[in-house]
Amino acid sequence: MSTGFREASGPYFGDYGGRWMPESLVAALDELADAFGKAKADPEFTEEFERLSREYTGRPSLLTEVPRFAAESGKARMFLKREDLNHTGSHKINNVLGQALIARRLGKTRLIAETGAGQHGVATATAAALFGMDCMVYMGAEDTRRQALNVARMQLLGAQVVPVEHGAQTLKDAINEALRDWVASVETTHYVLGTVAGPHPFPEMVRWFHQVIGEEARAQILEATGRLPDAVTACVGGGSNALGIFHGFLDDPSVALYGYEAGGEGLETSRHAAAITLGRSGVLHGARSYLMQDEDGQTVDSHSISAGLDYPSVGPEHAYLADAGRVTYEPVTDAECMAAFESLCRTEGIIPAIESAHALAGAARLSAAWGEDGAERLIIVSLSGRGDKDVATAAKWFDLLPAEGNTEAPQEGVQA
Amino acid sequence: MSAEASKTAAAIDAARAQGRAAFVGYLPACYPDQQTSIEAAVALAEHADIIEIGAPYSDPVMDGAVIQQATTEALAGGFRMDQLFEVVREVSSRTQAAVVVMIYYNLIDRMGAEEFARRLAEAGGAGAITPDLIPDEAQPWITAAEKYGLDRIFLAAPTSSAERLAAIASASRGFVYGVSLMGVTGQRAAVSSAAQEVVTAAKAAGAQRVCVGLGVSTRAHVEEIGSYADGVIVGTALVAALREGGPEAVGQLASELSGNS
Ligand SMILES: Cc1ncc(COP(=O)(O)O)c(C=O)c1O
Repeated sequence: MSTGFREASGPYFGDYGGRWMPESLVAALDELADAFGKAKADPEFTEEFERLSREYTGRPSLLTEVPRFAAESGKARMFLKREDLNHTGSHKINNVLGQALIARRLGKTRLIAETGAGQHGVATATAAALFGMDCMVYMGAEDTRRQALNVARMQLLGAQVVPVEHGAQTLKDAINEALRDWVASVETTHYVLGTVAGPHPFPEMVRWFHQVIGEEARAQILEATGRLPDAVTACVGGGSNALGIFHGFLDDPSVALYGYEAGGEGLETSRHAAAITLGRSGVLHGARSYLMQDEDGQTVDSHSISAGLDYPSVGPEHAYLADAGRVTYEPVTDAECMAAFESLCRTEGIIPAIESAHALAGAARLSAAWGEDGAERLIIVSLSGRGDKDVATAAKWFDLLPAEGNTEAPQEGVQA
Repeated sequence: MSAEASKTAAAIDAARAQGRAAFVGYLPACYPDQQTSIEAAVALAEHADIIEIGAPYSDPVMDGAVIQQATTEALAGGFRMDQLFEVVREVSSRTQAAVVVMIYYNLIDRMGAEEFARRLAEAGGAGAITPDLIPDEAQPWITAAEKYGLDRIFLAAPTSSAERLAAIASASRGFVYGVSLMGVTGQRAAVSSAAQEVVTAAKAAGAQRVCVGLGVSTRAHVEEIGSYADGVIVGTALVAALREGGPEAVGQLASELSGNS
């Protein structure tokens, strides 16, 4: 297998990436690329970023072995990279603090963001509060209902949350609306894109802010076990937590890398978000990548029980790594992911984000497939976030709510 | 080099010969339905030199609420790309106007730039405006448009550098679409002062013809922009008229805006 994947940089990753954007935004993207290039070479910037990561986010995040969870599926040893323990509850804060520092360097006073699950919106609202900036978060109207608690969190943090009523009213529509805002406000505003998608320099820049996940995990597993893992698993929405952790291992040919897309209700149902598995090359939100689209090129609505994976495309570097064969991408259905979710809660006392539960399910699948050979093997799972935000969804899935939800009575006239 | 001359350049030059700026009107294909969209475009062409037929798209990042609502309805009505070519064919054959399509790039990409250009030319179309395609990414489209003698209209923004404007001017054929302000489509009370600067800068960078759009909705706007640009582009106001009063209202507004009434 060839090495050199770690150094891949934008604007193009193989045939993917680039800038498929209105001309009005190109000057801002150039300015951003320039500022990012200078910042990462500037010790003052990197020291400030590392200080915030340490003192505000709580890095390094732990690497926790989970023997009781591992024993449920097979013989392999499993370790979780605990991004769920970061301030605000997921990996998203790494990227947001980095971009907020860049925005400050550019003299911008307002941050805007899209959010699906609400984790990225919460992280952006948090950074805006910390830096004294204005903040507006676009969120699909459907998602504001699914994630009402996160809407309240963002409001407490001083952000304005705008429900987006267009299209499917989910993450992709929130990105459209954030882009429309940005076209009109770019002079004062930085758009904090929440994943490794979008036009150059976002895919490269967002990955860079998350690379710390893989760097820490690599050192921690060596320290704990004296060797590299056999596999690393991560969920893939846009793909930022996955690239962050993969990056530390991309040039270690002995480490197999697995990305898990949302299989939703099953690939045969068309209600899924498996952009790499079933998508075709196309352009959306500024990048060429794998895209769920119909014959005409219209974007197809995605579906997943996890709002954070409910996106019909994926970052361009993933498309490249898929074509190159360096990373294996597979779908995990809602049902498989919820089984892993329940298992981790029960065996280890850790409630994962439903997004992250896709990576847990993938690890369980691998270990089961290895059978007895698994006894010699190690897996690191990217536990990208914690599940507090998902308790209502899980309670509904496992039927833990009071009888009201089970009533046979018609919807009309039922008092909530 | 294609033998076919630019239809939009000819339309702009003909207007100029009459001592006025060209009037360019936008309407989406298949809103509220295919036949009505054709009749509305035909009514518009009584007063317009160039007609833009918008291709409804699932993720129109350059469009404001009015156009989004119309194209979302067209998509809900089952819009297919075949119909875009049918609308272009009808409008081109029934009017004197040059007919271009306004289309987000993934729709071209999925069909393949070559096949898209072949079908557009075959339907009598003059070319395409591509709001989310910049010259940096446009080689396949430029090559295909060249082969079939189509105009390719790229956008120039108030924030575009001189270097980018030069690339935009040289990649474009027909005209350059000068974006009058930093924002998306939709009506505005006044014309931004950035509009004239875009025209001046694009011309200095080598653009031969620059039409200005975004936010233009009154005869006063048209006159103001017409005093320095080669053409004036109206979209949202026409779509709103179609929604409220059908093709007849489109014809009436176009007559007012173009100064024919
Ligand atoms: C906990 C968690 N994990 C993963 C994701 C998916 O994003 P990405 O694929 O960019 O890591 C999200 C997005 O909201 C998330 O909240």
